[in-house]
Amino acid sequence: MKKIVLMGNPNVGKSVVFSRLTGANVIASNYPGTTVDFSKGKMRLGKEGYEIIDAPGTYSLDPSNKAEEVALEMFGLADLIINVADATNLERNLYLTLQLLERKKPVILALNMWDEARHTGISIDIKKLEYDLQIPVVPTVALSGEGIHDLIRRIDEARSAEKIEPMTESDRWIKIGEIIKNVQQVTHRHHTLRDWISEASIRPLTGFPIALVVIFTALWLVSFIGQTLISYIFDPLFTLYTPIVMGLSTWLGPGFLQELLIGNLINGQIDYLQSMGLLTTGLYVPFAMVLPYIIAFYSVLAVFEDSGYLPRLATLTDTIFHRLGMHGFGIIPVFLSLGCNVPGILAARSLETKKQRFIVSALLAISVPCMAKNAMVFGILGPYGIGYIILVFATLFIVFISSGLILNRLIKGDSPEICLEIPPYRKPDTMTVLKKTWMRIRWFLQEAIPFLFLGVLLINLLYTFGFVEWLGGIFAPVVQGWFGLPKEATTALLIGFLRKDLAVGMLLPLGMSPMQLVIATTLLTVYFPCVGTFAVMFRELGIRDMIKATAFMICTAFVVGGVMRFVLLGV
Amino acid sequence: MDIYTHNRTILGIPKGTIMEQPIASLETGKTAVILRLEGGYLFRKKMGDMGIRERKTIRLVAIHPFHGPVVVEVDGREVTLGRGMAEHIITGDLE
Repeated sequence: MKKIVLMGNPNVGKSVVFSRLTGANVIASNYPGTTVDFSKGKMRLGKEGYEIIDAPGTYSLDPSNKAEEVALEMFGLADLIINVADATNLERNLYLTLQLLERKKPVILALNMWDEARHTGISIDIKKLEYDLQIPVVPTVALSGEGIHDLIRRIDEARSAEKIEPMTESDRWIKIGEIIKNVQQVTHRHHTLRDWISEASIRPLTGFPIALVVIFTALWLVSFIGQTLISYIFDPLFTLYTPIVMGLSTWLGPGFLQELLIGNLINGQIDYLQSMGLLTTGLYVPFAMVLPYIIAFYSVLAVFEDSGYLPRLATLTDTIFHRLGMHGFGIIPVFLSLGCNVPGILAARSLETKKQRFIVSALLAISVPCMAKNAMVFGILGPYGIGYIILVFATLFIVFISSGLILNRLIKGDSPEICLEIPPYRKPDTMTVLKKTWMRIRWFLQEAIPFLFLGVLLINLLYTFGFVEWLGGIFAPVVQGWFGLPKEATTALLIGFLRKDLAVGMLLPLGMSPMQLVIATTLLTVYFPCVGTFAVMFRELGIRDMIKATAFMICTAFVVGGVMRFVLLGV
Repeated sequence: MDIYTHNRTILGIPKGTIMEQPIASLETGKTAVILRLEGGYLFRKKMGDMGIRERKTIRLVAIHPFHGPVVVEVDGREVTLGRGMAEHIITGDLE
């Protein structure tokens, strides 16, 4: 099958074009570096089937980070290239176009964001551009689908430019200058409100207050949406469900099946948090406690991503992040990790050096709790007061900063400075936001539910075989002696490797004080990542760095647990 | 900051006095012309990727304290750069 590869600068909308061509859904956002890996899809054109590959964005064919290396690799595989360019920024985008043409592969150029170019007073003569480049050029607006049909119709017209020979960098810019002069006209435009907001949110004096307001609004929205969904949808659903599952429990009668499916009845009643049956806790934790916050978080994140605010936040945080051995772009993996650490660690690919990628991955695994776990922390510590929740997050924040400061000194290598394009603000499109949120929720359900069931099953087995006692005894010196927690908490730490949300739930029946809960939930983030995160870190960092990261995590857990015990419990 | 007089046209700037200074030393909001990029191939390539090249008009949008990053605008697009990089983008202005 012929391979068509989508190539272009970062943040020109390649992934949106890809979705339009293949009907497949991929995550697209308004910041450079959303796609760090390639996605594949299929498209039929007449009788022929094509494989379409969405490559990460690249400014040139000389890669300067991991994502760009992937792009170059994809270029090698291509039989035909769809070069997606940003019509509002043609000059710079043509650099890659010329490089593609010099390599003599068939190319068709999609001039995306055509509507935005028109609005900003840029007019491009398509006929002249086609003549200069000797390839077909199609104006498109991928978000609305405009021009996509033309693009598909003209794909087989793609060809290589015979007259364009390999040239030096400066010759390339001279050639681009000539082309631009020939095809583009820019009418002067006045500063708009959008420009004003854009500058206010990136300047230090106005930017930091705006950032605080934006972040607090976002947090408030997540908690408001989450709580509303729980009170008005998910809790009522489980109230309806209780008689059914109680009926089932009576019908089953005492025995292994009742233990497994329903779990322990507490005062003859089902306690959704403590019963630990597949049909009780196994369903309640993912659906009634975690899912509402997952929905809330990802819909707010999608709006954030598509608005274009994140690169501005990256600029504001750069000064601090630079001290931690990364640069401001590191805030993007952190934000994604607040949903789930796996996409967060993948996003680290957009950082330039190994040192930066190691530090950001280690910090995410140690100190950025995912939404599934946060939801449980809200659920369990919430009743004791918001102060305890703040204590958990404040501790994690201190761990994040101090681990970063330490790792920056320990890890050898370069930490280059930030060099990040700031996209214009765009109004997030409702359909795109909903679709993206739905994709991520579906992904959560597919990943989380099997592991949750496995976790509940494992807990039942461990208790049945008395393994919990045995394990508790072995780790008692650390868990009880050093962290000041009941020795049964060891099982929660073990289950935490499967699902952190479930592990938090397991702390409840242990009758701990709120301060002990604070220590235990904080340690559940710090001590070790969950299996999914562990696997992706292993793949991204390699075995040696993974061992280093693990050693660092264990040390951190000891220090943090010990310090918290002495500060919070005072013994 | 170097101030010197020259007798020929440099980069399209006619005879006169040129004030030469890194972009990071400009006043916020001011515009200047990029005279040269002081650095090796990789630095020049990285800047070129962002549209920052000799002869381009560049505007300083923001400068962050504590040796923080600098935001510039070239071709109507904003780019955030580390301070070290910004120190090596030398701009010229007519006095």
